[in-house]
Amino acid sequence: MRKALARQRLVACTLFAALAFNAPLLWLFDTAVAVFGVPLVFLYVFGIWAAVIAVLAWVVEVGHR
Amino acid sequence: MLSGSVIVGASFAYLVVLFGVALYGDRRADAGRSLIANPWVYALSLAVYCTAWTYYGSVGRAATAGLGFLPVYLGPTLVMGVSWLVLLKMVRISKAYRITSIADFIASRYGKSRLLASMVTLVAVVGIVPYIALQLKAVSSEYGLLTGAHPGNAGDWYRDTALYMALVLAAFTMIFGTRHLDATERHEGMVAAIAFESIVKLIAFLAVGVVVTYFIFDGWEDLFVSAAIAPDLASLLSMDNVGSKADWFALTVLSALAFLMLPRQFQVAVVENVDERHLKRATWLFPLYLLLINIFVLPIALGGMLRFPADVIDPDSFVLTLPLSEGYATLTLLAFIGGLSAATSMVIVETIALSTMVCNDLVMPLLLSNARFRRWAPHDLTGLLLLIRRGAIVVILLLGYLYFRLAGQAYALVSIGLISFAAVVQFAPALLGGMYWRGATRNGAVAGLAAGFAVWLYTLLLPSFAKSGWLPMAFVESGIFGIELLMPERLFGFDEVNATTHALFWSMAANIGAFVAVSLWRPPTAVEAGQASVFVDILKREPRGAARFWRGQAKIDDLLALLARFLGAERVRANFASYARSRGVEYIEELEADGDLVHFAETLLAGAIGSVSARVMIASVVQEETLGIEEVMNILDEASQVRAYSRELEEKSRALEAATQELRAANERLQELDRVKDDFMSSVTHELRTPLTSIRAFSEMLLDDPKTDLAERKRFLGIIVEETERLTRLVNQVLDLAKIESGHAQWHETDVDLIDLIEHVADTAGQLVKSRRAQLLLDLPPAVTLLRVDRDRLIQVLTNLIGNAARFVPEAGGEVRVVLRETADAVRVDVCDNGPGIPAEAQAEIFEKFRQASGSGGKPTGTGLGLPISRQIIEHFGGHLWVSSTPGEGAVFSFELPRTLASPAAQTAEAS
Repeated sequence: MRKALARQRLVACTLFAALAFNAPLLWLFDTAVAVFGVPLVFLYVFGIWAAVIAVLAWVVEVGHR
Repeated sequence: MLSGSVIVGASFAYLVVLFGVALYGDRRADAGRSLIANPWVYALSLAVYCTAWTYYGSVGRAATAGLGFLPVYLGPTLVMGVSWLVLLKMVRISKAYRITSIADFIASRYGKSRLLASMVTLVAVVGIVPYIALQLKAVSSEYGLLTGAHPGNAGDWYRDTALYMALVLAAFTMIFGTRHLDATERHEGMVAAIAFESIVKLIAFLAVGVVVTYFIFDGWEDLFVSAAIAPDLASLLSMDNVGSKADWFALTVLSALAFLMLPRQFQVAVVENVDERHLKRATWLFPLYLLLINIFVLPIALGGMLRFPADVIDPDSFVLTLPLSEGYATLTLLAFIGGLSAATSMVIVETIALSTMVCNDLVMPLLLSNARFRRWAPHDLTGLLLLIRRGAIVVILLLGYLYFRLAGQAYALVSIGLISFAAVVQFAPALLGGMYWRGATRNGAVAGLAAGFAVWLYTLLLPSFAKSGWLPMAFVESGIFGIELLMPERLFGFDEVNATTHALFWSMAANIGAFVAVSLWRPPTAVEAGQASVFVDILKREPRGAARFWRGQAKIDDLLALLARFLGAERVRANFASYARSRGVEYIEELEADGDLVHFAETLLAGAIGSVSARVMIASVVQEETLGIEEVMNILDEASQVRAYSRELEEKSRALEAATQELRAANERLQELDRVKDDFMSSVTHELRTPLTSIRAFSEMLLDDPKTDLAERKRFLGIIVEETERLTRLVNQVLDLAKIESGHAQWHETDVDLIDLIEHVADTAGQLVKSRRAQLLLDLPPAVTLLRVDRDRLIQVLTNLIGNAARFVPEAGGEVRVVLRETADAVRVDVCDNGPGIPAEAQAEIFEKFRQASGSGGKPTGTGLGLPISRQIIEHFGGHLWVSSTPGEGAVFSFELPRTLASPAAQTAEAS
């Protein structure tokens, strides 16, 4: 049961990442706004990427216990 | 500038370290203390995905397309998220059947097809050679850049670094890739070296990134703000240059599929996997690696664009030229070593994977099916196998070198890599489709692969040849034979996307279309159906299931002799001995040569020479019956029937359990009823005995003493009569109750006026009340609805209630009151007394049979059946009877009869 739950979480997380890394969501952040000079879209991509990795790590290392 | 000797020296030193790591890894493996049985090493070895393309090419791409370099790394991130769905299945299948290459995997799924195995191998070689060339090109051009030499100059080939690099790598690969013939085809030393290289390239790239961002420039803000001001660079900070949204999406899909289909990825992720649990950590660790190696790509690209005037320096080499121009010589050397590690790791693994495929899936099946070869072949074939592999390694590397010399100059690193990606994703429909779709057939896979490969050739490879000057540009610019619709880079006028997306779309459309259409054309054959069920259900079924599809006869000696030719006699005997032990047999000779054993032997052999060749060889020493499709389907049906039966059985047992539960409850209830009946019987006999005893006692007294005077005699006879009456009453009531309870009682329903009825009862029962020196008061309305009930029964109830009340009123000032009231939906009668009342705990009890409240005299005077009978009667008419009482203030027995009992005559009267 636990295993199945972890797997569903992984799939959901991957689907979210696939959505966030593509049009139209990605292009919504393509603005002139910059945070400390770093363009928003750059922060968005790497931020989501890091968040997805964190969730994956949590699910496989902690979440299933 | 760094001197050539320093670079060569450092590179050589690095390669020596690499040899050392690989050697150490192999030693540890031989000693049984595996270095790579570790999830961290596994995840790092997956990073062989990051080649010189990542290391140099990403920066080059970022310099023109901004974030456009990213989809290549986002794709694999997504795949790792669902690794348990895809990679885990591939690992399980490969482990169960000792599959050692992607060609083997696909061929094995489609009935161990030789044709398919060789096709996959050819496509892989043709597709990957440019990719290997890319690595050689990267290293040699960066070397040339650092030393000031011009790489790839025709004429002085013997001074070409790329050639020497290719030869050194060939040597390394031969040593660690074909050290010995292993039935699992695992190379622990090589994997250790690859993991080490992954660390080196990551550290080197991060070092360059940190120095560029924080030392050459003043942090992220400085870099990005300077770039935003520069006219040419501002667009790199947005999504303006990344191409269309469709291109971005296509590149994500392409890289995700290529990540699974690249032979080197299959090698490290599937073949070299020690423990499938390692996949779990790799799920997040590998994406993390990708993120880290990409985070400084854009800063380095921007830094290079800001520092160097436009078009002077190739952006692909910013990783080296930026630190070099700023005087960081050591860092430049480290960066070069990092690039070298990225390139060498890719070349080593890719070459091993390809050479295994060429040997097992192309050369061996050809040789083994050749009758002449079988005659002159040496008995021990292990040497020959290793020779073929080593030859394949050299040939593949030289092909790569040749491609680099002839065509490599025309393209940026990324473009070459994408051509290879598009080639290997042609395996995806056959491989992924085969893992999840039972209906996929060999012919479908062949047709899909052929169609996809042809379209790839026409839309991507040939145009790249044309651009390199090998083919006339005419066919690219105006279509083949001048037909514009057939222009290779805008087929049928589709020109909204870039060349890679265009090729991916058309090749996948052709591939999937042909794969599905041809698969559906004919049902799968017996062998295909068997293999399909084995592959699709691997996560559900234990792997030995494949042996079910084998029938025939074999001799153990033949199998032993055959395997010994490829694996060496000692190893084969050791393997068979452990198999025998697992079967509970002491000696190999005692083993039964059944389907399981033949399957075991074939799998063992497949590990060394591939499943296709293994099939051919096993078939040559055993006598097999060919199973018809019906038989295979029967076996499959049996399996599914067994599953269905077991499900049915489970359901039945659940139903049975429920039935048992019900039965148990019913039984308990029966026992309870039985107990009640026994109680009833004993109560009845007890109640009957009391009057009988006194009748008998007085009769005996009269009989024994004839001289009893008349008055006494009269009194005795009076008692006897009274007791007899009581006895009769009791018997009548028992009979009555039994009748009512069993539903056999007779009911004579007539229209009854309750006022009339109460007055009648008051007349008869009034005597009893008066005998207790109590008063009977009636409180009646002028009229009530006529009810259709049994008059005598109601009289019985009312008499009983009034009689009870009379028994409990006090000696003096006793009062019994009968109240009749009509409510909206019922007619209610209350019989109130001013006796001692009934305690709450006894209120339920008095309705049970033979339970009586003790009367005012202390001695029970009723039969104990009156109230139960009354309640039964009232309930028969749909009403209810209850008692309410406060101890000390008397009791009220009430009953209600619903107005639905109103007689038809009364109803019509009311309606009018």
